Amino acid sequence: MSALLATVRRRVVGPREELPARIAFAIVAFLLIVVAPSMLSDFRLGLLAKYLVFAIVAVGIALAWGRGGMLVLGQGLFFGLGGYAMAMHLQLAEAPDGQPPAFMTLTGAEHVPGIWGPFESTAFTLAMVVLLPMLAATLLGLLVFRSRVRGPYFAILTQALAAAFVIFLVGQQQFSGGTNGLTVMTFFGLDLADPDDKRTLYLIVVAVLALVFLIGRQLVRSRYGRLLVAVRDAEDRVRFLGYDPTLVKVVAFAASAGMAGLAGALFVPVVGIISPASLGIVPSIEMVIWVAVGGRLSLAGAIAGAVLVNYAKTELSEQLPSAWLYGQGLLFVVVVAFAPRGIAGIGEWLRENRGRLRRGRDATPAAATTVEEGA
Amino acid sequence: MEQLFSQIFVGLSIGSILLLVALGLTFTFGQMGVINMAHGEFIMAGAYTTYVVQQALGDGATSTAFLLSLPAALVVAGLLGLALEALLIRRLYGRPLDTLLVTWGVALILQQLARDLFGAQNVEVKSPGWLNGGTEVLGVGVAYNRIFIMVLALAATAGAWFVVSRMKQGRRMRAVMQNRQLAAASGIGTAAVDRRTFFLGSGLAGVAGVAITQLGSVGPTLGQNYIVDAFLVVVAGGLGKLRGAVIAALVLGLCNSLIEYWTEASLAKVIVFVLIVAFLQLRPQGIVAQETRGLA
Repeated sequence: MSALLATVRRRVVGPREELPARIAFAIVAFLLIVVAPSMLSDFRLGLLAKYLVFAIVAVGIALAWGRGGMLVLGQGLFFGLGGYAMAMHLQLAEAPDGQPPAFMTLTGAEHVPGIWGPFESTAFTLAMVVLLPMLAATLLGLLVFRSRVRGPYFAILTQALAAAFVIFLVGQQQFSGGTNGLTVMTFFGLDLADPDDKRTLYLIVVAVLALVFLIGRQLVRSRYGRLLVAVRDAEDRVRFLGYDPTLVKVVAFAASAGMAGLAGALFVPVVGIISPASLGIVPSIEMVIWVAVGGRLSLAGAIAGAVLVNYAKTELSEQLPSAWLYGQGLLFVVVVAFAPRGIAGIGEWLRENRGRLRRGRDATPAAATTVEEGA
Repeated sequence: MEQLFSQIFVGLSIGSILLLVALGLTFTFGQMGVINMAHGEFIMAGAYTTYVVQQALGDGATSTAFLLSLPAALVVAGLLGLALEALLIRRLYGRPLDTLLVTWGVALILQQLARDLFGAQNVEVKSPGWLNGGTEVLGVGVAYNRIFIMVLALAATAGAWFVVSRMKQGRRMRAVMQNRQLAAASGIGTAAVDRRTFFLGSGLAGVAGVAITQLGSVGPTLGQNYIVDAFLVVVAGGLGKLRGAVIAALVLGLCNSLIEYWTEASLAKVIVFVLIVAFLQLRPQGIVAQETRGLA
């Protein structure tokens, strides 16, 4: 009987050392699903939905950068691919049958342009939201990692890619809406002006974030996750052991791109608009700072960082716009230079130094753990 | 035909601006391996220095002010770089990705500082009389300020080349870059060499800033427009190689203007980027590679 109970316990709550993490997950889920919608005003809930969308991007960055050592400075590209795919579909859905979307009729277009056509289909759009960014990342990753471009060079290339993408979008005004971007009013039957429908949308965002977090966690804990960390810390040794580091890195890069695309697709209904202003070099590097603040080695930390930094941004930039810009710069400098493990690092630091704090100075120093840089 | 000549001239002009902007990076990034995202803000500082010098000397002395601002911008931007190196970058050697992010934070702070000091509105720098107007070569209209930028880019490159390959300081710089520990063991003060290299690289950004005042108005985010292209020039050219940077800058400038001529501006940017990625497939080390037996 007790053996049966133990089995049931193991199946439901998992091994003992997993317990704290699972309880924390349950508490956060409860807060987000039950408490937040009943406590927050519609406006605040909308903001929280936006922060959680950003948290989805952050999980991907923590995976590629924290675990894989690939500093991705161009996530705006993948975010934009997902976002524009979704916005194109929603605009076509809003336009009368066979008619081009409203912004195109202003310039006198009479037909739906060819590249927009397939996005009429819901299934195609939902697939493209994830596949398009992953495909782009896979292609770039295969080319770039194979020729062993890495570290800062890779970072600069991704940044240049995001910059080129924005220039392209602005230039192709007749297809992309130029600097104005694309605006949407509805989301698969949800009216984005209606508070109840916005609540439903918020819950969809929470569900997608939970899914992305669990996928990321599974990746990190699997055998593949260990291989990824090994590639980050000693790529050549992994190569000598007979693995192909290129493929290992491409998988993580593509996964992070897919997550960014998914986030972009949700960003469109949550905010109601997607434009080049939220995809360029500056927004892309801001995404990295969320993860740096939260803790690049921890997926949960990355989520916390995205929510906290964006909350601070909303609050401070309303009241003291100048102070926020200084604050953001200082945040970059202080966190990256002096606290590379971010918020998540505080807990780890306390755990490692618990003995020392209790026993005072005599205790042996804890093993030095530093954040290793990917070569 | 004249159209083609005109595009080639535009390309050379863009190329010389790229070269001027990237020249400083061949020192800080190429020689020292430091990714300084605040490099663009040093360019901005150089541009504002020109503005300040001009305001201080008044309307009558536009020419003098412009010429004076060349050395002034070198010193201002150089000192900014020196401070950045001493306060932050020193602590981050061996963490290139973190250096990138930290200097980006510094860039944000410098931009806001410029906004608070000079206002969010762009300011105008007056051109000295001898830079107004232009002439005609092979039937193509050629503006004097574009020629000036080409000459300045040439002069700055020649100066940089002289320092690196003919002066004692340059020899030490190359020694530290090739093998830091061996250089230190041979009695070279590597920390001092780092400081001087950084001063020089940052100062060159300031000089580029002076040239850029001739192309448009000066604003707090001026540097952002150039920084990504500048890094691409250095990556494509090969690290720390002046020759590579010169070739890469001119080729990129020409590609940009010629592809723009055949297609359009927004497509040209994307095509040029694809070309760079393709080129790095063939030569991951850039145009001029450093000979090494180490693992790439």
